[in-house]
Parts: sequence; C-alpha cells; structure tokens
Amino acid sequence: MSKHDTHADHHHEELPFWRKYIFSVDHKVIGVQYTITALVFLMFGFALMMIMRWQLAYPGQPIPFIGKYLGDTIALDGILSGDGYNAFGAMHGTIMVFLAIVPLGVGGFGNYVLPLQIGAPDMAFPRLNMASYWIYLPGGIIMLASFFMPGGAANSGWTSYAPLSVIATTGQTMWLLGMVFLITSSLLGSVNFIVTAVQLRAKGLSFFRLPFFVWAQLVTSFLLLLAFPPLEAAAVLQLMDRVAGTSFFMPTGLVVSGVEQAHLSGGGSPLLWQHLFWFLAHPEVYVLILPALGIISEIIATNTRKPLWGYKSLVYSAIFLGFMSFIVWAHHMFMTGMGTTLSTFFQATTMIISVPSVIILTCLIISLYGASIRFTVPMLFALSFLPMFAIGGLTGLPLGLTASDIHLHDTYYVIGHFHYVVAPGTIFAVFAGIYHWFPKVTGRMMNSTLGRLHWFFSFIFINGVFMPMLFQGMAGILRRQYDQSEQLHGASAQGLSVMVSWSAWLLFVAQIPFIINFFWSIWKGQKVGANPWEATTLEWAAPSPPPHGNFDTVPVVYCGPYEYSVPGKKTDFCPQHVVA
Amino acid sequence: MSAAVAIPHDMEPHPVTGMYNGKFGLWLFLASEVMLFGALFSSYVLLRMGAPEGTWPKHGAEILNVPLATFNTVVLITSSVTMVMAWAALKMNNIARGQLFLTVTFLLAGAFLVVKYFEYSEKFNHFEVWLKEPMVVDGNSVSSIRGHLAKDCPPLTKETHIRAFAIPEFILLDPDAPAGSKEHPPTLRIDGGNIRRISDFGPAHSTFLATYFTLTGLHGLHIIGGMVVILYFMLTGSRFAQKRPDKYADRIECTGLYWHFVDLVWIFLFPVLYLL
Repeated sequence: MSKHDTHADHHHEELPFWRKYIFSVDHKVIGVQYTITALVFLMFGFALMMIMRWQLAYPGQPIPFIGKYLGDTIALDGILSGDGYNAFGAMHGTIMVFLAIVPLGVGGFGNYVLPLQIGAPDMAFPRLNMASYWIYLPGGIIMLASFFMPGGAANSGWTSYAPLSVIATTGQTMWLLGMVFLITSSLLGSVNFIVTAVQLRAKGLSFFRLPFFVWAQLVTSFLLLLAFPPLEAAAVLQLMDRVAGTSFFMPTGLVVSGVEQAHLSGGGSPLLWQHLFWFLAHPEVYVLILPALGIISEIIATNTRKPLWGYKSLVYSAIFLGFMSFIVWAHHMFMTGMGTTLSTFFQATTMIISVPSVIILTCLIISLYGASIRFTVPMLFALSFLPMFAIGGLTGLPLGLTASDIHLHDTYYVIGHFHYVVAPGTIFAVFAGIYHWFPKVTGRMMNSTLGRLHWFFSFIFINGVFMPMLFQGMAGILRRQYDQSEQLHGASAQGLSVMVSWSAWLLFVAQIPFIINFFWSIWKGQKVGANPWEATTLEWAAPSPPPHGNFDTVPVVYCGPYEYSVPGKKTDFCPQHVVA
Repeated sequence: MSAAVAIPHDMEPHPVTGMYNGKFGLWLFLASEVMLFGALFSSYVLLRMGAPEGTWPKHGAEILNVPLATFNTVVLITSSVTMVMAWAALKMNNIARGQLFLTVTFLLAGAFLVVKYFEYSEKFNHFEVWLKEPMVVDGNSVSSIRGHLAKDCPPLTKETHIRAFAIPEFILLDPDAPAGSKEHPPTLRIDGGNIRRISDFGPAHSTFLATYFTLTGLHGLHIIGGMVVILYFMLTGSRFAQKRPDKYADRIECTGLYWHFVDLVWIFLFPVLYLL
C-alpha cells in the first residue's frame, strides 16, 4: 500500500471543470450533488402537496395564483381535478421517498461523511459512485417527465397496487421505468458503501470504534442491497403486465368499468404485488430512519460533550432492527384477508421490532441526562427530533395490532403516523446534519440567528400539519379522499383540514430563512477551522473543505468515537486520531 | 488515472473479509441478484399454487422444448469451465491462452442465445384459440385448439390498447398432431363469432408462459450483459494484461464469478420451468 504517495500526486493536478464538479469521482462532490438534487426534489414534492392541500381545505375552489398554469388535464378552470389529485398524491409519495429522503440520507450524507469518518481517501469504487448518481438523476427525470405523458403521471398511489396500476394510463409505465433506474442506482451505492465501510477503515478503527453514523449507514446499505431487488422483480412483472399483456397481477374474470377482460389469460394474483412491494417498502422505512438516527447521534454526542449512553446497545439494536425489518412487511396487509395465522405472526414480529427502536431512542434520551448541553442550531433540531420521532414510533403500535388496525387502516391516522417518522423525524435530522456538517463542506458556519428562526417556525408548523391528521384519522377520514367534506364525518372535521393546510403553507414560509441562510453562508458565512464544534470523529481531522483525497496525513485511530469530558484531560474532547 | 486517489485494498485482500475490494463488492452484488431471482422464483411458486384448475400445464415439457434446453444447459456449463480456464491461464501469466479461452466463452454464450432465439420464435409462431362453443376435432369435442396458422390465413392484427390479438372474421388453423401421432388433422376454419380469445404461445398466452418468458428473458439479459463485459476484455485485455497482469487476472476472476452465477440461475431455471 503506497501510503505516502497517496497525497503527493493528486494535489497539484488541476482537473477540467466538468471532471471536477459534474462527472466527478470524488465522494464529496458526489455527496453534494446528491444533496442539492435531492433538496430540489424535496421542494418539488412539497409543492405538489401544497397544491393538494388547497383542494382538501377548500374543495372545488380554483387554486389561487398557480391554478391557471397547471393545464386543463390537471386543473380545469384552476380547480384541481380528481385525476390530477391522484397523480399529485402518487408522485408526492414517490418523489419524497425515492428521490428526496433516501438520496439525502444515504446518497448525500452517507457519501460525504462516511469515508471521512472512517479515515478513507475516497469510496472503494469512485467511478461506481459517480455512476450511481448519474443513474439516479435520469431516474428522477423520467419520473418528472411522466407528468407530460398522455393521461398524466402515475396515479395509482406511491404503492402502485395492482390491478388498478396495470390498467392505469402510460404515466405508470414511466413510473416503473423510473423505479428500475432508482433501484439500480441504490444497488450500486449500497455495494460501494458496504465495501468502503468494511475494507477502507483507517488503521486502529475497529468495528466498535466506528461512529454510530457509520453503523447506521452500514445497516441501511444492507437493507438497500437485499430489499430493493424484490421490488425490481415486482416492477418487471408489472411492466410485463402493462406492455406484454401478461396476467401476473390480473385475476381470472376481472371486470373493468363493466367490461370483462376476456383478452387476458387471467390466473394472476393482485396480492402478489402487495407482498413484493411491502417486502421492499418495510425495510425502506428503516432506510429512511436509520441514517437520520446516525446523524442525530453524532450531533447529540458533540453537543452534550458526553459519550453516547449505551453505544453497544445502539449498534446491536440497529443490526437487530435491520434483520427484523425483513419479516414484518405484511403488517401493511392486515386488511387484505390473508388469514389470521399470518396476521398473528406479523403482529408478533411487529411488536418485537419496536423494541430495538425504543432502545435506540432511550439511549439517545439518556445521553442528554446530566449534560451541559450546547444549544447550537443542529442540536435544537436534534432535540426536537427525539420527541417527534417518539410520537411517530408510538403511533405505529396501534397500526401493528390487527384489532386496532381494522379501524385505523387507510385513514389519515396512518398518514400522520408515518409522516411523524419521516418529516419531523428524518427531515429534521437532515436539517440538523446540514447545519452540523456545513462548516466541513464549505469551511464556513451557517448563520445562527436565521437557523434558530428556521428551527422555531418549522417546529411549530410541522406539528400543526401532522398532529391534526392523527385526530382526523381516528374520526375515520380516509387517506386518499379527493374531497372529504362530501361525507358527514368528514365535513365535521373540515376545520382541521383547513388548519393542516395553513400550517403546510406557513411551513413553506418557514423554510425561507433556511434557503437565504444556505446561499448567504456559502459566500459570506463566518470562516472556521477544521474542527469548529470541537468534535472527536475523524471527519474533523481533515481540513475544511477537505481536498481530493481527504486527509493531509493518513489518520491512525487510538480511541473510541465519543471520548468527551474524559477526566484528567486538558480539553473536554479527545479526537480519535490523537494519541491519548 | 494520474488524478485518481490510491484506494486501499484495491488489490491485496483485507484481513476481515479475505478479499480485495472488487471481489467483495461482486459477492455483495450477487447477494442482491439472489434476492432478485429469489423474488421471481417465489412469485412462480405462489402463482403456480394459486393457479385456477387446468390453467397450468402438468409439466413444462408439454409446451417447452426439453432437448434444446438440455443442449443449452451443456453449452452454459462448458462456458463456465472455459471461463475458469481463462482465469487460470492469466494467473499463470499465459495471456494468449487466457484471451483464447475468453473468446471461447464468448462464443459459447452466443451459441446459447442462438438456441434461445429458435426456442422463442417457435413459440411466437404457434397459436392457441379458445372457443365459445366446443368444436369437434378428430372425433373429440374440444374447447380450445392449438396449431399453426395455415398459409392462406389472413394475417392477425394486434389491438395496441389491450395488447392482445384482435378477434378476426375467421381464421384457418392447421391443428397440432394429437399426442402419439405425427399426422396433422386437416386445416380448420374457425369463425370469429365462436372465438373467445386467440393468442400465440408468447407471454400473454398463460401465466406459465408469462413466467417462462420473464425468467428466461431476464436471464438472457444477464447473459448479454456478461457477453458485453467479456467482449470488452477480449478487445482491450491484452494491452491491459501486459501492463498489470495481476490486476487483469482479478478482473477476469470477478467476471467469472458473475458468469458462474448466471450459469447457476440457469441450472435452477431448467428443471423448474422445463421438467417440473
């Protein structure tokens, strides 16, 4: 291994612009590409939802300002149509999960931070890394282009349940093709992450000296590696149903709009799609949340100035969580009539999987006990993450029990539940991570006052969005309804819908300080050194921003990841690369 | 590559895994491939178990061509052997011999695809007609008839929006010879009014054939993918091998791992689809 010339050759080599910033093989550039692209998709998915919220708050009224620009198929006379609403709903879910949150947590933060935290010069396969971004981007563009297909974008929900999705308009075919791209991209990414985390660790960085963030990414990568292929299989089968006239998901004697589908061979199983889909989509939930837990752990350790409480419990819980997530999928299918024996099995596994989640949350909360907390902007986001993730997790328990799920299934309660995990949960963690690692990426701090404004109003309004949904759901309002006010029980809860919608629009306003802060700080933020937070993990040993190849000298690790406030030391932190 | 960063364990094995990066990555990739084909095989089991009475053939040999598939199995296994011999030759620094075996592997893969092409086209020229009222053929009353379109039968058209053959005014069909005989019954004229459904033996014919085409099609794509990689090394390999023989042997080792996996998938596909 040529340790010494690693850094000598490449520093002076000037790459042309397109190799340095566009088709770059540097994990840091790719991480930033992922983050920016995914933030744009996040904004787009949010915009779709803000338009839908108008229809839900004020059904049948023309959308102000933008209604007339949406085109006649989506919004005739400025009023969002039922088909338009369905397409927006399906694409909101798809974009948020597959194009925004996963690429942020794994593609963005994982790519940027993981190699730095393990003291590696780059990912194990830099060119594969570039390929995974350049497969992700066309996948996203295909998804967006489907809005311009005849009949509009996919409109069978983000779950694309058959047979509805098989008889849907061409947008669904685009959705399937887009998914094949995204799955390929995440496959390449996950192989790269696992190899990097296992083989490229710096000298002395044993597995139990890895920061929890790296563990979270490692488990996430295994989930992506093993759970996505069944969805790819399902997408191939559905594509065959749509393009080649097969009947994998089409039962015998299917009647569509009063016409029997006699040209089909029949004999297929609509439930097969649900099994294959949820075999991916339940592990996917942990793909969404584990990177977030990793980010939050780093920030809590840094800002409490204490070692994380129960580091090994965290690690073992994450591994157990990853394993269990493969055998809980059918709790999404209690209402399909698959039989009580299966339901009981999946109910039991679902209750078991809540144990490691609670262990992780408990460890993080106990870590706060007795600390002199630094209330920095990332820490504010991390602190508000904890209770909101708890709400998201605990509201999931009634859904995992078959008896209570009968009442709550497919209502706004479900929407409230999983958004509490993903929006105030993962998205808050993403914001926390951006504030935390911004000085590493740019060499400048983000403005703290704007950051506090962003945090405070986001925290208020995001609860205004999702808390009322839990009550609406318990009132029995169904999740995919175009106009809930047509039903008596829906009309009586219409006031809550108005509140949710206004909270959502104000939540958008609350993001403006962040956007201003983000761009202002890139050029005008206060300049800082390599380790502004006085943190211990290896990424802070590299210069800010790190050059191509990352470290000035190859780091060697001498201690665990969170050696804060060690008695008898001059400083309250002992970086991993410094001899104790 | 002067601008590239030197990556640790690019060539020498890591103590934890005992593998260099590329080999470890390839094993992970194969794990994900196992999940992909595993999901498809599971779907096959579920669909077959849930198939309505009489819609699934007793065993694949009723419809599929077992001798051709057996021949193809031998071809693929041989190609796996030549792949290993290519790697072994390169490990022993015999570049010319390595490149030769690589070429043989490529040609065997091509032979597999050619046979597959004949199998597929046989299916697309073979038809089944499901009737509304049973007809008497050769003294037996039947509700569906299999056969080839007669020479003077008007061409069939496909309705694009339902992705199936449109019911024509009439068709002329040369029915298949009954089991155990080689004599074809005379050409039949079937009125469109009595046709419930008409299909070639393509994916739309039945869920069995849908599974057959999806699984073998996906496997075929994997073969083509492997052939692209092998062709790349056939064309560029000698120069690369002169400069860095060890690295080149590693690459062929990884290609070989993938190739054996594709071979293994076929070893499962063959009995599941053709024999069971």
